[in-house]
Amino acid sequence: MIHFVVHEEGDGVGVVVVEGIKSGQPLKGWIMEDDQDIEVVAKSDIPIGHKVALKDYKVGDTVIKYGVDIGKVVKPIGKGEHLHVHNVKTKRW
Amino acid sequence: MKLSSATFFGFKRENGRVGVRNHVLILPVDDLSNAAAQAVENNVKGTLAIPHPYGRLQFGADLDLHFRTLIGAGCNPNVAAVVVICIEDTWAKKVADGIRASGKPVAHFGIEQHGDHDTIMRASKAAREYLQWASELRREERPLKDLWVSTKCGESDTTSGCGANPTVGNAFDKMYPHGVTMVFGETTELTGGEQLVAARCRNDEVRKKFQFVFDRYQQVIERHKTSDLMDSQPTKGNIEGGLTTIEEKALGNIQKIGRKCLVDGVLDKAEVPTGPGLWFMDSSSAAAEMVTLCAAAGFAVHLFPTGQGNVIGNPILPVIKLSANPRTVRTMSEHIDVDVSGLLRKELSPDQAGDKLLECMFRTANGRLTAAEALGHREFVLTRLYESA
Repeated sequence: MIHFVVHEEGDGVGVVVVEGIKSGQPLKGWIMEDDQDIEVVAKSDIPIGHKVALKDYKVGDTVIKYGVDIGKVVKPIGKGEHLHVHNVKTKRW
Repeated sequence: MKLSSATFFGFKRENGRVGVRNHVLILPVDDLSNAAAQAVENNVKGTLAIPHPYGRLQFGADLDLHFRTLIGAGCNPNVAAVVVICIEDTWAKKVADGIRASGKPVAHFGIEQHGDHDTIMRASKAAREYLQWASELRREERPLKDLWVSTKCGESDTTSGCGANPTVGNAFDKMYPHGVTMVFGETTELTGGEQLVAARCRNDEVRKKFQFVFDRYQQVIERHKTSDLMDSQPTKGNIEGGLTTIEEKALGNIQKIGRKCLVDGVLDKAEVPTGPGLWFMDSSSAAAEMVTLCAAAGFAVHLFPTGQGNVIGNPILPVIKLSANPRTVRTMSEHIDVDVSGLLRKELSPDQAGDKLLECMFRTANGRLTAAEALGHREFVLTRLYESA
């Protein structure tokens, strides 16, 4: 079963594609572009469609998805935690 | 899917364009004419009125866009004939003349000095004649290249970027070599990925034009913004669906243009493309506005990926919805034409998903009603550039 997908190797986030992911749950992932498997343990409850951090981030770090910059970290994020608007902001506007 | 000999059954219009619907349109030029237009629609069953809230005291580029959108809607090949109604006869005639250039039957009526009753009676008589005439037009087999296909996504979430949008991209990549005319837009929704679109432009001239309209729209945001646009772009629904920043949303959005297509040209809002290929239209990212602009530019079928479940339709342009979000497919099934959620379970390959969408597109072109059509979604929404005088 695939719990999350990653666009490409090197991306720092995965997208949860099943409902009901709970903190502590081991997650199986699929790196789509490279057709590789990846695993991470969830450290937050994460809703479907939301992102799981695949590495530790500190404030000021850049988040990479699709191999491209999608914003800056404004609060520290641990690997396996929910990465979203509460800890990442746009660099534009 | 082999597309080199693919055909569909459409209505060939007087100007050579091919439509997939056969509407008799009752077109109000302004808000004041909505009541009469809807009365005609009620009198003559099977006609289609497209009420809207604008058309009075607009001026300059905003007025030009208003006329271009209405005339474009009337010229769309999914329309067989048009009855134009306006408070003022001269502007009714202006819009009717614009539509008449396409060769299709048009009649126009001004309300002033006649009143609603007399206008409705005369317009209903014209509408009845057009409807019966149009009812005898027959579909004929046409090559794929005669189909103009637009795309725009809505209420996107992260599944859009990894499922539904790449499915449109796969379909676009497959159609592109066959001379299909295609369009995408949503200018602000490329923010953070504009460099990727610029890199896909066919040549420097197209790239320069793209960069000009992109920068111009950024200036509009900078001039009017009171925040970082959170809850507007990305929308509340986008954020609920897991999209965090405009950059992330843009990178998902751009998946719709596939990996092989080049951007062959840049269009102004509601501007009609002059040749086959992939066009970028400078446009709002609001679903109903952008789809209305595509209808006005002459597109005949629309591919609309959604994540959280945008329910949009358009009166003229059939909107085919696809989603890769298994929850949306389950909870909003009546709105989804193509379920590609299997992509995220590795049960469907991108190639199979693209074929599934194309198959639905051909069925829709041949006459199958979309979910939005069946549900009566007829969002005709005009883009405004600034205040009325």
